[in-house]
Order: sequence, then C-alpha cells, then structure tokens
Amino acid sequence: MSSFINEWGDTIWQGFIDTLKMTSISLIISIIIGLPLAILLVLTRKGGEAENRIVYAILNTVINIIRSIPFIILLFFILPFTRLVAQTTIGVQGVIVPLVVYTAPYIARLIESALLEVDRGVVEAYQSMGISTNKIIWFVIVRESRASIVLGLTIATIGLIGATAMAGLVGAGGLGDIAYQFGHLRFQPDVMYTTIIILIIMVQAIQTLGNLLARKLRKN
Amino acid sequence: MISLQNVSKTFEVGKKKVEALKDVSVEIDKGEIFGIIGFSGAGKSTLIRCVNLLERPTSGKVIIDGTDILTLKKKDLQKVRRNIGMIFQGYNLLKTATVYQNIAIPLRLEGVPAAEIKERVKKYLGIVGLADKAKSYPGELSGGQRQRVAIARALAHEPEVLLSDEATSALDPTTTEQILELLLKINRELGITIFLITHELDVIQRICDRVAVMEQGQIVEQGKVVDVFTKPKHPRTKSFVRNKDVFHVPEAIKKQLEKSGKLVALTFLGESSKDPFLATIAKKFDILPSIIAGGIDQLKDQSVGNLLVHLKGEEPEIKKAISYLQAGEVLVEEVSN
Repeated sequence: MSSFINEWGDTIWQGFIDTLKMTSISLIISIIIGLPLAILLVLTRKGGEAENRIVYAILNTVINIIRSIPFIILLFFILPFTRLVAQTTIGVQGVIVPLVVYTAPYIARLIESALLEVDRGVVEAYQSMGISTNKIIWFVIVRESRASIVLGLTIATIGLIGATAMAGLVGAGGLGDIAYQFGHLRFQPDVMYTTIIILIIMVQAIQTLGNLLARKLRKN
Repeated sequence: MISLQNVSKTFEVGKKKVEALKDVSVEIDKGEIFGIIGFSGAGKSTLIRCVNLLERPTSGKVIIDGTDILTLKKKDLQKVRRNIGMIFQGYNLLKTATVYQNIAIPLRLEGVPAAEIKERVKKYLGIVGLADKAKSYPGELSGGQRQRVAIARALAHEPEVLLSDEATSALDPTTTEQILELLLKINRELGITIFLITHELDVIQRICDRVAVMEQGQIVEQGKVVDVFTKPKHPRTKSFVRNKDVFHVPEAIKKQLEKSGKLVALTFLGESSKDPFLATIAKKFDILPSIIAGGIDQLKDQSVGNLLVHLKGEEPEIKKAISYLQAGEVLVEEVSN
C-alpha cells in the first residue's frame, strides 16, 4: 500500500487536481454562456416575453446540432477552432474549449427546462405590478427555479467529469488520462481501480451536495 | 375612474378566430365595488385582464383617470399598473420566498426605500390578519391565507384600484366569506375601488354595488345589484338569480300544489319586509297562503327576503291578492312549469 502511494501518489494527486481544474473552469465558462442562452430560449419561444421565431429557431437548431455530436468526435472535429481560441490543443488549457462547446448547450437546455417550470401566473402577477421584464427574469423566473437549476447543473457537472476523462485522449491530463495511459495501455489495474474509485467518490459527493443545496432552495 | 369603451378582443387559435369580447363597454366609478358575473368562457377573465393590459384589446379604448392607456409607452404603462393591484384565483406567490419576501420583493424592485418596505409589509400583513406569518412559506399556508398574502402584496403598492380575477373561486365557503369580508373592509376603510369577476352569485350579492352579467363575450345586463337581483331581465341573469335553493321544489310536489291554487315567489325589499303581508291577504281575501320555502339574502347594504308561497283559493281571489301585494311593493312572480 505504502509503496503504491509512493510510486503513484503524486501522479494521481496531479490527475485529481487537473480533473478538478478542467471541470470547474469549463463549468463556470459554460454557465456564463449557457444561462443567457437558456433565458434567450425562454424569452423568444412561442408565447414568451420577446417572442421571435427566427432567433428561437436558430438557437434551437444550433444547440441541437452540437448536442448530437458525441464528445469524442467533437474533440477532434473542432481542433482548429480550439487552436485559434486557446493557442494550444493539448493540456488542461487545450481541452477547456471543447469541454465548453460540449457543455454550454447542454447547460442551456437544462436551465431552459428549469426556467419553464416557473408558473406563468407568477410572471403575470409581477407584470401586473408594473415590474420590468428584466427584473422579472432575475427576481422571479431565475429565483423561483434555483433549485431545479442547481439539480440541472449537478447533472451537467457529472457529465463534464466524464468528458474530461475522454479528453485524456488529446493529452489533457486528469484522472481519466491516468486510468487510460497507465491503467489500460500499460496494464496496471491497481492504478485504474484507484482512479475509478476517486471518480466514483467525486460523483457521489457532487450529487449529494447538489441534492442538499436544491432541497434547501426548494421551500415548498 | 375606469372606463372600457367598445372593447373587443379576438384570439387566433390555430386558423380559427375566437371572439372573446364583442364591443364591451363598462364604467367603474371611484370607490365602488363592481362585479362581473358569468359562466366560464363568457369572456370575463379576458375583460378584467384588459384593464391593466395583461391582454391588449383588438379594438376599443381602456381609459383610466382620463388617459387611454393603450397609447402609453412601456414605462408609462408600468407606472399606471403600479396604481392597479391585482389578485388571482391561483394566488401567484413566489413559492421559494417567505410571506415577508413575497410582499417586500416587488416593492424593492420598484425602488421603494428599505425602511418604508419594512413598515408597509408590517402594516398590510396586519390588515389582512397575518402578522404572525411573516416568516412562513406559502407552502405552509392554507388557501385562504395565501390569498391574504396576495392581497397584502397588492395593497402594499397602495393602489387606487384592486382587480380580483376569481379570487375566491378556489376557496371553501367559509374561507370565501372571510376573504369577501376582507375585500369589503379594504373598500370601506382604505377607499380602494374594486373590480372583480366571478361565477359565484354569492360574491356579487355580498359585496358588490353594481353588477354586469356577461355571456358569450357580451354584457347582457348591468345595474345596481339590488335591481338586477330582484328584477332580473335577461334569461342568463334569471338563471343565475333563480338558481337558488329556495326555488327548487320537487316537480311532484309542485304539481300537487298547483291543483288547488297558485305557487308564487315573493321578494321583499327593505321596508316592505316589515309588514305582515301574508296575514293581511289571508284576512282580506278568500285565500289561504302557506309558506313552502323561504330565506333572506344579505346584500352589501340591505337584505332581500325570498318566499315561495302557495295561495290556495279561486282564481279571481288569488289575482286580487297578488295585485294587493304588488301595490305594497312586494315583487311577485308566478312559478310555473
């Protein structure tokens, strides 16, 4: 056991940190892109506050197209774009771009469905009080759906961790990379199992945390 | 105060056009409680939503304090809306906010100073009788309590008008009664004009000054509640007013009674209810009146007595008795099959 830790401890720790980094950075950027997209989808859809068929149709189609490409394909498919944005295609920095392209539309969809759960009547009540649409979006729609948004983001985060593991294929580092490089290619099952256990614990922790937070936010 | 002039509204459902409102005109005076009654689908909900333009009429004018609000820009319309509170059948409260926050958040969004928000929430929670529930969430309250919170939220903007869209329709009779009491109190003590729609005659009867009856997107009858109530003209109005238990006599009994005389519905209003009319006609004419059913309706400012009476005797004597009653300002209506 101690010899295993001596031999692999640093590598696995580094992988854990890399996975955390990739996941959290991509998550934050994806939320920054996904939330406004979700709001735009809700506003421009039929019967929305700023109904606009063209904008909605374009957004809807683009999101569907990106969402239908498997991550592993997307990863290679957008390499030129990645190089353009991140100046590199390898390492943590190189993989953030495909991770965001993969996750932001997913998050947009998850948040969209959370926002749509909010009772139209409440929105109307606020309109009847003479409150502007901007404020209604933030203080009514987003506020009321916080619990569902948190649950959606929990799902997205777990999906993201899975994607970071695949990103190991382009030399991104992280736990998935270690499991693949050492565990699979060099046939070191103990390394593979260790990383898998760490991933399981991460996913469990995130889901539990997400559930707790959502329950706290959902008051009814 | 509020004047809807020749308002029409057409909805397009698929390729079909549905006329929800057809050339409707209503005037609501300052300080009164005006009610619209109609079955579902009559267009009353569309009409009340036209007052604050939650629904924009296809044609017509919506004039509030002299301004046609259809011509206003967004910002100005928002200002007008702040002066018109609205409560709904579904309460429409934030589920994830406490009672306090539910009242405070809209005020904060309007830019009311923090200290004043605190004061107003306290004041209006007191008025609706929920001072001890400030920290509760709507999910922990009963339907009646939720509606009280919604009323407090509307009042906290200190509006001149309150619109009530079927506010009591989801509540049980006792709770309905309490909410109506509260609306009456708001009208009397705060001087707020109330415009309500309902499908329940009780609501109109208990608190309204004037009423309009709607059917198929049109107003078929309107006037003072007492008048519409005691002398309904339109068949739809009659169906609302005559739908009361007092007039429900089993057919078999009705037929039996009609063999030996006449069944009449008597309506007593104000002064006339104090004289012993039945005893008098029994003495004066050769008839025997007997009471089949009866009751008293409490209107906002007066009471109306209803009696279903069987007059036993010969036709000429019954006719004389009826004209005697009519001369004494008792409304008489023959009940026939």
